[in-house]
Amino acid sequence: MSSETQKILTTGGIPLEESLKKVEKRNKIKAFLLVSPLLFFLIIAYISPIVGLLFTSIDDRMVTNMLPKTFKAMKQWDGKDLPSEEVFEAFYQDYKILVEEKKHGKLSTQMNYEKNGFKSILKKLARKMKKFEKGNYKEQIMAVHKRWAAVEYWRALKRRAPTYTYSKYLKGMDMYENEDGKIVQVPEERRIYKILWLRTLEIAFFVTLFCFLMAYPIAHLLATLPTKYSNLLMICVLLPFWTSLLVRTASWMILLQQQGIVNDVFVWTGLVADDNRPEMMYNKTGTYVAMTQILLPFMVLPLYSVMKTISPSLMRAGKSLGGTPLITFWKVYFPLTIPGIGAGCLLVFIIAIGYYITPELVGGASGTLISNQIAYHMKSTLDWSFASAMGLMLLTGVLVVYWVYNKLVGIDNIKFG
Amino acid sequence: MALPKYTEPHYRIWHYFYLFICGCVFFFLIAPLFVIFPLSFNAEEFLVFSEGMKRLDPDAFSLRWYHDMVYGTKNPWGLAAKNSFFIATFATLGSVILGTVAALGLSSRHMPYKGIIMATLISPMIVPLIISGVAIFFFMAKVGLAATHTGIILAHIILGTPFVVITVTATLSGFDHSLTKAATSLGSNPVNTFMKITLPLILPGVISGGLFAFVTSFDEVVIVLFLAGLDNTTIPIQMWTGLREQLSPTILAVATCLIVLSILILVILELLRRRSERIRGISR
Repeated sequence: MSSETQKILTTGGIPLEESLKKVEKRNKIKAFLLVSPLLFFLIIAYISPIVGLLFTSIDDRMVTNMLPKTFKAMKQWDGKDLPSEEVFEAFYQDYKILVEEKKHGKLSTQMNYEKNGFKSILKKLARKMKKFEKGNYKEQIMAVHKRWAAVEYWRALKRRAPTYTYSKYLKGMDMYENEDGKIVQVPEERRIYKILWLRTLEIAFFVTLFCFLMAYPIAHLLATLPTKYSNLLMICVLLPFWTSLLVRTASWMILLQQQGIVNDVFVWTGLVADDNRPEMMYNKTGTYVAMTQILLPFMVLPLYSVMKTISPSLMRAGKSLGGTPLITFWKVYFPLTIPGIGAGCLLVFIIAIGYYITPELVGGASGTLISNQIAYHMKSTLDWSFASAMGLMLLTGVLVVYWVYNKLVGIDNIKFG
Repeated sequence: MALPKYTEPHYRIWHYFYLFICGCVFFFLIAPLFVIFPLSFNAEEFLVFSEGMKRLDPDAFSLRWYHDMVYGTKNPWGLAAKNSFFIATFATLGSVILGTVAALGLSSRHMPYKGIIMATLISPMIVPLIISGVAIFFFMAKVGLAATHTGIILAHIILGTPFVVITVTATLSGFDHSLTKAATSLGSNPVNTFMKITLPLILPGVISGGLFAFVTSFDEVVIVLFLAGLDNTTIPIQMWTGLREQLSPTILAVATCLIVLSILILVILELLRRRSERIRGISR
């Protein structure tokens, strides 16, 4: 009885259980220490900036910081009638500083986004303000332009008072907050982002589909041929895979141009007239063709690695049990390749949905994707908060795709390369 | 792939049709690369096959674009190549060191929270490049590393490590841990064990991960577009500008060189694969 409850001791007199726990703990710490340099590097230089995009996307301090006194004075204003003299005076003082520092252009651009027609009245005010007399600013400002006497413009100004805004997200979905604070869609003819999102999804979907349809037969061939031949053919898949993306895009630009080889072949076979060569680049066609070829290896490699593990005797067994080749393929072979199909489609779809370089070069106006719009706002309009908002919306989309994939197939079933 | 004699005719037709489809797809994959070769030897300035080239007239071919690539006065390719190799080399070194060490930790069965840490480590591969670009640009601008080589190298380390982590963990999964235990019991310290036992055995995985990291850095353009200043121009940036603005045959000369480089990488990888199979005792 007593021998059963007695604990087993190590030579040092410590119970074995405790000693083992100690070792276990030490091993855990050791493993973690090995991972930690990379982990902390990524958290600092990568993960936290991505989380930081969230703050950039809702950051709206620019206008708030430009007009501090105005917004302070506006706190008491109920927004129904024109604001009081104090607001006008505060606005005059804030704006005077901005004009002196030559920052008023930025404000007028920002305010024009909020309400059309703001730019001109702010410019006019900057000109006329020099001759303003002391006192009674309300009258003087209202005399500059009749819009200054319209309450909507003051309401628009007040809407920019908070330090944060979700308007960029609304803009990314072609919506905006109207003067009554309701979220509404922009007029039909001005909806650009909705088209862009749909086009991105459409192109990513069809590129994935085309890749799948083309990759399946060749992956099957590669997996069933004797190694001697399949190694040779594998080069046809691996060489494009290892070749620079820009080189491959360049070759498509040469092939698809109007005097290019593809068009030459079309003319030669009599498909099209020489003076009526179709435009195959700088539109959707160019994006489809180039992206499909560029992403094809990403579909072939996972499919191949799964097909390689399927024993050929399974097909033979299926046939010997009376299945026609088609039925055997459909009932036996195809279900076994599903993990490969899932991995390939996920990989291609995710890469395609965030593609930037190729659409920018061969896509023209009708073949560009959401990522081109993000880059455009990062580099040209410098509307970084809008770029961040769109980036996060895209990232959310990608994560949802992963989540759905994980639910349907299981992320552990993925086999890369 | 010969068919057995007893195959019925319609399956025979179907089989040849299938081979034909495969041939078309292989052609679609590989043919575009081979347009570049002949056109880069074009004597004229246009990116189409001239009449002379179609007749195989030797005068229609020349090396002038290769000459222009190396000696051209306005050509930035020299600086770009130097930068590209410099950045890619250091990015690869960083990725390989950080990635291998992390993979060693991840492969330990004692590692806590393996799933979430693995997800974090390979996240740069999952997040669309444009978003990574924006985020990394904000970070580098904040710490004052935008438009510096250091900034670009760090960014490429972020992109390259997932490949190293994946290939090295894959190699380590077939690793016999009793070997390191044997070394330890014989009195070797951990560093010595790693250098003498573990590293030589996982070297193929480390090198192929490193090659992935090298190619990723060497070919990367989205993030460099955000980060690079005039002094940090790389080969992809120059190609990008060239393709957008003046599509000159010099680009094709550069592209040909890049294709040759990728053939070289392919050969190295194939040799590595054979070596790794030999080491593991798999012979075909």
